[in-house]
Amino acid sequence: MLAKRIIPCLDVKDGRVVKGTNFEGLRDMADPVEMARFYNDSGADELVFYDITASVEGRGLFTDILRRVASEIFIPLTVGGGIRTLDDFDRVLKCGADKVSVNSGAIADPSIIGAAARKYGDQCVVLSMDVKRVDGQFRLFAKGGREDTGIDAMEWAVRGVGDGAGEIVLNSIDTDGVKNGFDLEMLDALAQRVSVPIVASGGAGSMEHFARLFTHPGIDAGLAASIFHTKQVDIKDLKRYLRAQGVETRL
Amino acid sequence: MIAIVDYGVGNLFSLSSSLKALGLETEITRDADKLRAADRVILPGVGAFGDARAKLDATGLVPVIQAEAARKPLLGICLGMQLLFDRSFEYGEHPGLGLVPGQVVDLRGALADKTLKVPHMGWNSLRIVKDDPLFRYVRDGEYVYYVHSFYAVDCLPSTLATSRYGSVDVTGVVRSGNVWGTQFHPEKSGDTGLRLLRAFAEL
Repeated sequence: MLAKRIIPCLDVKDGRVVKGTNFEGLRDMADPVEMARFYNDSGADELVFYDITASVEGRGLFTDILRRVASEIFIPLTVGGGIRTLDDFDRVLKCGADKVSVNSGAIADPSIIGAAARKYGDQCVVLSMDVKRVDGQFRLFAKGGREDTGIDAMEWAVRGVGDGAGEIVLNSIDTDGVKNGFDLEMLDALAQRVSVPIVASGGAGSMEHFARLFTHPGIDAGLAASIFHTKQVDIKDLKRYLRAQGVETRL
Repeated sequence: MIAIVDYGVGNLFSLSSSLKALGLETEITRDADKLRAADRVILPGVGAFGDARAKLDATGLVPVIQAEAARKPLLGICLGMQLLFDRSFEYGEHPGLGLVPGQVVDLRGALADKTLKVPHMGWNSLRIVKDDPLFRYVRDGEYVYYVHSFYAVDCLPSTLATSRYGSVDVTGVVRSGNVWGTQFHPEKSGDTGLRLLRAFAEL
């Protein structure tokens, strides 16, 4: 059977990896190529790179880094951040990305999902969503979690999958940065609505949180940043622990 | 030199990078003479079978690939592996290259558990059913990376390894004479994939 995937996420700004807490207060952490090497050696199943640069120079720096990573790391690479057009898909795929994640770009222009799926295949298109509870509803947020779109997140996911998104990354703003565990209620709600792979994001604080996550059906992967970056949790140890708990992992 | 057939299907960056990382000389080409001069040929591919077959036909390389397959090791990867078979039933019926006996069918239709997700995407363990020089550096049970919705059937005599997905033994590696195929992506299967590519280069 398929192994559950453990995915470290690298937010890259001006050529460096940064990680925010509750999306604010970014602090510099390390060199992305070094970190990619480290994670590959420690058994990461996939790497996610988010380009959180706004400037043109920063964007060029990002694609250079991506190319360097893809030249020496041979596991699936997902790239997101600033993806708005098919040209953006093209730019990162040419640098070695396997999957491209759209978030605000799809909110601004939902047709990007279908257009990209037709051109590159469903498996290439990842719909990433930042979601927060508002008035008893799971609400879709834009712009890195700062803006309430008023859209029902579950409806948005169903629509995105219908248009051709082959995977969903669900980031719960409510649990992000709190390290109190993944948002299992929100993830369950999503798993009941879509049949594509779901990557859980936001809230990982310990190995037990991953074990609990994978007891929930329909969740394929767990994504985290700071607990891996700070080496609070080692991926190899985590995967051994999960296997001992009866979760299939790639060791 | 390992020639990677360039017919406008999929991203060849990782494949050529992985061969380079192994110190192997490689060239992405659609030149028939280069395929003839190469020691080995890799037929890559992602996307839909019919579209890929049409693009491959448009290069005029089909007879060259069929002829070279009798002379040197050829490796088909993912859709490139599916193209090796007699035919595929992905959105209609399409002829394959006829280099490995068998056909390609819908995985979803074969799965008893309809809640299982298709595409079969992610890391699955490889069960080696027939030893082969291609597995010189790979052990039974190692994980490899798959992304596909169709899979090869009626190819048991050629099957070297499978991966279990629900009720189905997904055909993972096949061989017929000089022709090998992997349904998974060795160029995305970490160290395991690199070791498999190294063995291919030594065949």
